[in-house]
Amino acid sequence: MTPLFHLLAVQAADPEVIDRIPSGYSHFVIPFTIGITFMLCWIGVGCIRLLAAIPQSDRLKFWKSLFLPKTIIKNLKDLFGDCLLHVKIWQRKPLLGYMHSAIAFGWFMLIVLGHIEVALFVPARLNVTRGGLFYPIFYRYFVWMNPGHTTLRGSFFFFLMDFFLLYVLSGIALAMFKRFRSIVLGMRHTTKPSLADRVALYSLWMIFPLRLLAESFTADLSGGSFLTVGVNHFWHLLFGDKLWFTPCWWAYSICLGLFFAAMPFSRYMHILTEVLWILLRNAGIQPHHPRKGVAEAEIYACSSCGLCLDACPMNVQKKNLKYSSVYFIRFLRRHNEKKINAIADKCLMCDKCHALCPVGVDAPALRRAQRATVNNSLPYDYSYLPSACAGQLSEQKVLYFAGCMTHLTPRIIKAVDRVFKAAGVEYAFADRDGGICCGRPLMLAGKTEAASKVIEANKKLIVESGCDTLVLSCPICYKIFKDEYHLEGIKVVHYTQFINDLIASGKLKVEKIDEKIVYHDPCELGRGCGVYYEPRAALGQAGTLVKASKEYDESVCCGGSLGSLTLDTRDRARISESSLEILLAEDPETIVTACPLCLKTFSEAVSNSRLPRKNVAVKDFAEVFCR
Amino acid sequence: MVDFGFGLVPSSRINLDLFDKDKYEELAAVEPDVRICMACGSCTAVCTAGKFSTTSLREAIEDIKNAQPAKAVEMLQACQLCGKCSMVCPRGINTRHLILSITKTYSTK
Repeated sequence: MTPLFHLLAVQAADPEVIDRIPSGYSHFVIPFTIGITFMLCWIGVGCIRLLAAIPQSDRLKFWKSLFLPKTIIKNLKDLFGDCLLHVKIWQRKPLLGYMHSAIAFGWFMLIVLGHIEVALFVPARLNVTRGGLFYPIFYRYFVWMNPGHTTLRGSFFFFLMDFFLLYVLSGIALAMFKRFRSIVLGMRHTTKPSLADRVALYSLWMIFPLRLLAESFTADLSGGSFLTVGVNHFWHLLFGDKLWFTPCWWAYSICLGLFFAAMPFSRYMHILTEVLWILLRNAGIQPHHPRKGVAEAEIYACSSCGLCLDACPMNVQKKNLKYSSVYFIRFLRRHNEKKINAIADKCLMCDKCHALCPVGVDAPALRRAQRATVNNSLPYDYSYLPSACAGQLSEQKVLYFAGCMTHLTPRIIKAVDRVFKAAGVEYAFADRDGGICCGRPLMLAGKTEAASKVIEANKKLIVESGCDTLVLSCPICYKIFKDEYHLEGIKVVHYTQFINDLIASGKLKVEKIDEKIVYHDPCELGRGCGVYYEPRAALGQAGTLVKASKEYDESVCCGGSLGSLTLDTRDRARISESSLEILLAEDPETIVTACPLCLKTFSEAVSNSRLPRKNVAVKDFAEVFCR
Repeated sequence: MVDFGFGLVPSSRINLDLFDKDKYEELAAVEPDVRICMACGSCTAVCTAGKFSTTSLREAIEDIKNAQPAKAVEMLQACQLCGKCSMVCPRGINTRHLILSITKTYSTK
């Protein structure tokens, strides 16, 4: 290679790295450059359009949040944890977590280290006009290592680059394996990839093996470490002295170009869009429309990983897989109106997909927004509300609101009354003779405006009563009272919390008996309001608490949820049955729940169940404390 | 004869000639449960809104079958979708979706 020797002679100072190709350009970079330019333009325009579509006040809030120290720390933590290391996946499925973080974090490190190398050894090449877009990516092609002047610093980078390449390759190998046997990595169901997904997926699989091939072919010129140099020796053994490396670099560049060109239409867009979504999410901006503004960031942040498939309670039956959040978001992205509505209406709104999503995509909120586009404009007439909610001043400081569903299962009301009497709690009963609905079912059905009317009427009733604590026995009511009512000066508590406080303060005496109890987390109480600890603490005093096979935010909906608009009774019964099996994992004598709907559903499920255990009792939380 | 606007027959007279079969099939396509109602009235007995206004799902379904859909839509406007009716329905009718579907199908607005 004559130009090389020529160069050597010129550069008398003998630098460590020498520009092998003085122009810093070779034709093979074209596919990559086209692909990445297209993708960057696409995402640039997309970001501007997205930010333009969100309301002015939200936009201001977003910019401000970027400078608040608190959100800055949270942003950094979430970007590292969720985008690069995938902490949330690690916690649930370690092997899957390793796979994702190997590809994401490994690739990220390769890009960063590649740029640092260029900055250290040939800094001029970082300039965009001198090939800054592609030079750091194909650095190893353009340089020649001066063998007489290897330094520790250089070898250190060689080692790091090879290490991270191996790391990514191990992730890719796992990803390939997952295509054929996903269950080994902890996934029963995986998403069906679309056409663009397939193009991007297969090019992604090829990128890193080809990178190894290309870098190992040039390793004797541009240097390398344990991996590339080792493989390079192997090639020399196989092909002799002269290695013809240009085709490898072409193939590598074509694969990269193909991947970036397919990226905007595939699931892999999440690599970049989830950054934007995390920033918007942490700024506290809520979607107002199922498709525009923030929702768009959410839709594109979905990586279509399919973790929500196994999480969804509907998927005990394979025919319901198509109603999962991942497909809902896919059809939203494609503007497929007909399918979107059918999928949006089916969901039980148990929020499990949201709780387990690696990037926190709030699919239930999008479903609610989608339902609102159809149902919010339906006529309603609540002119009777003022007469229904005539507020009454009461002397009691504690107000108990049972709600519609509790009135259907009055055993809860009786139990609550007995517990309150035993603890000496004087209370007023807000809807003793029947009140109106809390508004949450309307909200879940997308009738937001109608819900606000009901909320207003109930709020008046509660404020006028002069209470300072509002106790609710229905988690559906509790959720909306907590989130939407904004009752200043009034403490809103669920009766599990209230009774737990009574026990802790010694007002309620509990006798511990030998009874194996399993506790079912109602969706609206657990995932909806984060109340996991109090019911368990209280139940632990009354009996022996045993575990269900899925608990806390992994718990499964009982099947009786009001969230779904179209799921039929037979499908619901199947969900109840599988949920029951989960609760009976450790052979408890009693199932305790803290929701009137769960109570009714499980009571029925136990008697209908084909499971051998029919003698298991289903009790309400309050009933445990008034034996 | 001059029509003075007076009549002996109230407007609530059932006229099955006016029954719109296509519309009913349209409703039954989105919510087939409408066909299986046996008019027991359990839904009406537990209705949250029914306590304060004259609303009844049983009656609304009857009204539709009796070719008086406007009355049904009017009546269901008081509904708060609380779902108590779905809990007590002996036929397992998805009442909330039925109510939304009746309003969507027959609403003139």
